[in-house]
Amino acid sequence: MENLYTKSSKEEQLKSLSPNKETIQFLLNYSKALQIFEYKEMKFDTILN
Amino acid sequence: MDNTQATDALLVRTYLQGDENALSQLITRHQHRIYSFIYSKVFDKDVAEDVFQDTFIKVINTLKRGKYNEEGKFLPWVMRIAHNLVIDHFRKNKRMPKFENHGDFNIFSVLSDGDLNVETQLIKDQIEVDVQELIKELPEDQLEVLTMRIYKDMSFKEISERTGVSINTALGRMRYALINLRKIIEKHNLILTN
Repeated sequence: MENLYTKSSKEEQLKSLSPNKETIQFLLNYSKALQIFEYKEMKFDTILN
Repeated sequence: MDNTQATDALLVRTYLQGDENALSQLITRHQHRIYSFIYSKVFDKDVAEDVFQDTFIKVINTLKRGKYNEEGKFLPWVMRIAHNLVIDHFRKNKRMPKFENHGDFNIFSVLSDGDLNVETQLIKDQIEVDVQELIKELPEDQLEVLTMRIYKDMSFKEISERTGVSINTALGRMRYALINLRKIIEKHNLILTN
């Protein structure tokens, strides 16, 4: 019997794509570290380690 | 709070109140859609990763600075940021074409004649027509200065003499004309690019 080979469509391939866990972790850490301070209508941002 | 059922709007509010977990929920919820969208444009995993990261850095900065206007449209807003960053990526690459060596060197892959091809020319013409329509929305005094400067190529000194205002006023009107034009473009969600 012949073997059947199927290839997933491009749309399906795109659906399965996702960013690296490291990227997500970086974003969450960045968000935690970012602090915005307001002083007299001015805004300053700092990244805390 | 049970964040699994929370709407985007609620998660954004919770995040703005200091709950970092809400951001994690938002990213988890939309990561596939946003990443797939970016990848479908750039077809390069590394570039898609960079654009995805830059998109959310922009999202975080905007949210934390309190500049986000909640209208229940979190995902379309993030998608628009991603879209703009994809365009920026292609613009940057156009200025600095990347040479990819596949073994056979092809000089035409890094050189171009610099002329616009038919498609680009058509897009450029369409954009110019669109812009001409958009500037009609500007206040009369700004429209006058912008037309003289851009379409008649007059100097600000000539404009000030012709309109009877100081050079500084003419410069100011030009500045506000450009600011207002950008606002009109943003308001109508227009994307003027080739």
